[in-house]
Amino acid sequence: MKSLRSNFGRIAVVVFLALLLAGAMLLSLRFGSLKLTFGEILETLFLHREGIDYQIVFNIRLPRVLLGAMVGGSLAVAGTILQGIMRNPLASPGIIGVSAGGGLAGILVMLALPQFGAFLVPAAFCGSLGTAVLVYLLAWRRGVNPVRLILAGVAVSSMLGAFSSTILLLNAEKAGGVLDFTIGSLAARSWPQIGQAGSYMAAGLVAALFLSRRLNILALGDEVAAGLGIRVERTRLLLLAAAALLAASAVSVAGLLGFVGLIAPHIVRIVIGTDNRFLVPGSALFGAAMVVGCDTVGRMVMEPSELPAGVIMSLFGPPFFLWLLRRHSYEA
Amino acid sequence: MRLEVKALTAGYGAKLVLDGVEFEIPPGKIMTLVGANGSGKSTLLKVVGRLLKPRTGCVLLDGKAVHACDTAALARKMAILPQLHHVSGETTVRELVGYGRYPYRSGFGVLSLRDREVIEEILRLTRLVPFQERKLSTLSGGERQRAWIAMTLAQEPKILLLDEPTTFLDIRSQFEVIELVRDLNRRCGITVLMVLHDLNLAARCSDFIVTLKGKRIRHIGTPREILQPEILREVFEIESQVYVGTDGIPYCVPTGSVKENGNENGENQL
Repeated sequence: MKSLRSNFGRIAVVVFLALLLAGAMLLSLRFGSLKLTFGEILETLFLHREGIDYQIVFNIRLPRVLLGAMVGGSLAVAGTILQGIMRNPLASPGIIGVSAGGGLAGILVMLALPQFGAFLVPAAFCGSLGTAVLVYLLAWRRGVNPVRLILAGVAVSSMLGAFSSTILLLNAEKAGGVLDFTIGSLAARSWPQIGQAGSYMAAGLVAALFLSRRLNILALGDEVAAGLGIRVERTRLLLLAAAALLAASAVSVAGLLGFVGLIAPHIVRIVIGTDNRFLVPGSALFGAAMVVGCDTVGRMVMEPSELPAGVIMSLFGPPFFLWLLRRHSYEA
Repeated sequence: MRLEVKALTAGYGAKLVLDGVEFEIPPGKIMTLVGANGSGKSTLLKVVGRLLKPRTGCVLLDGKAVHACDTAALARKMAILPQLHHVSGETTVRELVGYGRYPYRSGFGVLSLRDREVIEEILRLTRLVPFQERKLSTLSGGERQRAWIAMTLAQEPKILLLDEPTTFLDIRSQFEVIELVRDLNRRCGITVLMVLHDLNLAARCSDFIVTLKGKRIRHIGTPREILQPEILREVFEIESQVYVGTDGIPYCVPTGSVKENGNENGENQL
């Protein structure tokens, strides 16, 4: 493993993960109820841009694959950032309240205010981001320390969860319709969702890459970071904003897709170590491949009906992670 | 580099911890802050290291207030190792030392040739070369503390601030840390201001000892001037016997605590 942690090794791993993602995306384009060869896919996309095949490949599969990659990458990077600033290996995007806030807003729109169904994505986005801001403000006391932030996040999430449960109970006969959102799924997502969330995700990812070196330093502790010349509160706020933006946009388009934000950073860290300059892009690629892969499997296992990506992820992710964990000495 | 503390008051929230502290850290010397728990040693170190803003007064580095300096530029002159630090056990020694180069890097942060030379030199100086690829989770407490000191040295500081660098270490590791500090001071001329709890260790490695009690500085002097039963009684509320070793370094043997009511018990303990 040592050689994989040299700069050359880590770059090689990142390149490998990029290829893994590309492979997952190609397979995801190919498989589904309509079976096409790779040649036919290319032909459909670039030559015969019409007919039912083109509609399926261009308007259903391609955006779904792209969105899966964007959602997975965003959640994994948000998790990487939060594990770094919280200095806590258990941190995941949910910890700053984005899941509970996005969940409540989503459930509210779908069950209590169905006439506003068209605003599901912006509502979930605002619910997520608004909750993250609320958690930050509640944790503030002459600065924000990670423990206060985690506790405020847990408290706020618990309260919002109670509201969500209440709405679900009052609308029990319609509750089945929101399962897809609460488990996390890419079904029926297409270009509009990419348009709604894409630019926020891109902004969050660029910010994360740009801040990754400062994240390394901040993870050493507030006082050490200040001693090394970092403006601690400002840097933490920037990083939190990037993580919240990424997680909120992912939740708004794919629902409460768990696990990938917690586990993808760990899996990549086991292989290439803790340097966030490599961990951020590595997690982004691996998280993206995870979601695309799980979505593809979910479409194939029960054809013609499908299982949400969130179910597949929670089913197959843990055994893979536990296998890795047992093979390596790993002390996050 | 001249480091002066002028008319300093500092604290947390409503609580005042330092009140009217004034002293100068002699360039090229090792100065150690001692005092009971809660006497403000760590607070003073944090204010000097610009981790905490003073209420009033200032810390001057070559005549310029450190709290007004560009914090990254300051990190190239002065390094501080606080008591509380954190690192993932997955980080390697070499990575940790590399983080000490942060104040010198720009952009995406690729290590320059000069950065790598400095890191090599410091790994040699701190005898960490054999450990450089090891994960921190696999090191002993003493080795890990050396790695943290190496991180601060990568800043190439003229002034080094250390907050209880020997706490939790076994006795040999304590000496290794102290000897490393002494060595850095002698060979590289680094000025050191540190907090130590062990008076005998402080006496062995310091040029000057500063005692703190009741929010202010009580004494400043050489180890032989400070290690006196009367001073230790005043500062630490302990009875003690003080001897001077054959190497000329004083050491104290505490014999009991000073009792609240009167001195009669205390005197009997001698």
